[in-house]
Amino acid sequence: MKAETETVIEIKNLEKSFNGNLVLSGINLSVKKGESLVILGRSGEGKSVTLKCITGLLLPDAGSVKVFDNEIAELDVESLKNLRCRMGYLFQGSALYDSMTVRENLAFPLKRILKIKDHREIEKRCVQVLQEVGLQDTIDKMPSELSGGMRKRMALARTLVVRPEIILYDEPTTGLDIITSKEISQLILKMQKQYQTTSVIVTHDIPCTKIIADRIVVMNNGTYTATGSFEELENSDDEFIRSFFN
Amino acid sequence: MAITIFSPVTRALETLGDNAYFFKSIIRNTFRKGFEWNEFYRQCYNTGYKSIGITLLTGFILGIVLTLQSQPTLKDFGAESFIPGMVSISVFREICPVIIALICAGKIASGIGAELGSMNVTEQIDAMEVSGANPVQFLVVPRIFACMLMIPLLTIIADALAIFGGYMATNLSEGMTFKLFFTKAFSVLEFSDIVPAVIKSVLFGLAIGFTGCWNGFNSTHGTESVGRAANKAVVTASVAVIVIDVIVVQITSWVVYS
Repeated sequence: MKAETETVIEIKNLEKSFNGNLVLSGINLSVKKGESLVILGRSGEGKSVTLKCITGLLLPDAGSVKVFDNEIAELDVESLKNLRCRMGYLFQGSALYDSMTVRENLAFPLKRILKIKDHREIEKRCVQVLQEVGLQDTIDKMPSELSGGMRKRMALARTLVVRPEIILYDEPTTGLDIITSKEISQLILKMQKQYQTTSVIVTHDIPCTKIIADRIVVMNNGTYTATGSFEELENSDDEFIRSFFN
Repeated sequence: MAITIFSPVTRALETLGDNAYFFKSIIRNTFRKGFEWNEFYRQCYNTGYKSIGITLLTGFILGIVLTLQSQPTLKDFGAESFIPGMVSISVFREICPVIIALICAGKIASGIGAELGSMNVTEQIDAMEVSGANPVQFLVVPRIFACMLMIPLLTIIADALAIFGGYMATNLSEGMTFKLFFTKAFSVLEFSDIVPAVIKSVLFGLAIGFTGCWNGFNSTHGTESVGRAANKAVVTASVAVIVIDVIVVQITSWVVYS
């Protein structure tokens, strides 16, 4: 019971600005183990910046970001690398390595994060994860040969292949049609249940939110204005919050 | 007012500092465990093997042009027999290293700048970092070392073709045997003609690889910046080649010829 309530991500008074433009102004957030948290907000509110601060790709100007009780800004390169081994990140544009095949894309984190050297073991894990996302026939293809939906599935496969404890999704359904978007959302939910991962999902996609979210936070003016379940926020008295759901 | 006047200087110093920091990071990652050999071989193939065609053509034409241009003047002095020696010294010492480096600045530095710029814009470099790889170790170090190895090799190939081109051009007007031409061409070459030229080519390779990687890594978000990174890589690499040439020639003349 204790494990279920353990806080894995804790953000306190996070501030981040770019060229004098304050993007995050005092974010406070905590994510429990196994929880699926959706961050809703308009474009340019700093949702992706929050995710990048969690992974240490960006360092905060002020405030604290703790992942598994490790203060991100205080970690040295090696410790940050070790911490990132426990996290997965699904990028907005999928960020598949153009010069590598699907197999090489999947083998890349396996060799570097899990340090697997055995080619048969790598092959086994690649095939297994591709079957899970329904892309078993694409193993020798280049990313440029995949459709938008397939690229998202492939990016999800690359994230899942190392079995991370936390997965950060940056707009996982952006640019996809409604049907594919729903498929991806259900796939994320299925993988979350299968591997008991903690998920933080940044999205504008309300049907996707409805499928995935245990809890939602709404972002406005660089800070969080509301938190609650889908039903609670859908029936909120605040017009700004309700406008996302209408 | 003072800020306006000094801001270009401040920016230039900032860029210099960033370059120095990037260079330090390359040095550190070169000696870090786990050199990316597969990526190095791939880059050798991309920078070296894929540039052989243009190198062969350029070297051959340089030899022909150099011979045809100097032949009438040397003929006036009755010094046609010096043509092989003149061609070999010119191409080995200066012409081939610089021309091949400038061609590689256009072909390789722009390619690296555009490739890494595109990877940066599409967050592939961030994805690599999250996947436990060090982007400098995986992307930059192998590219720079591939340039440092392949550009001298391409230059040597161009040297050989230039001498062959010189022989072909000589044979158009004068009859000289292949054996005699090559004997005369190589008999004038000394250690001090070849080694500084090879060292110069290695430095050209370093400059080309570094500027390509630096501009690619520093492209801001947006597709426009990819083109700008490629363009800046070519311009900076070409200028760097010329500047390095001046410095190495001066050092060589101090150390070797004095």
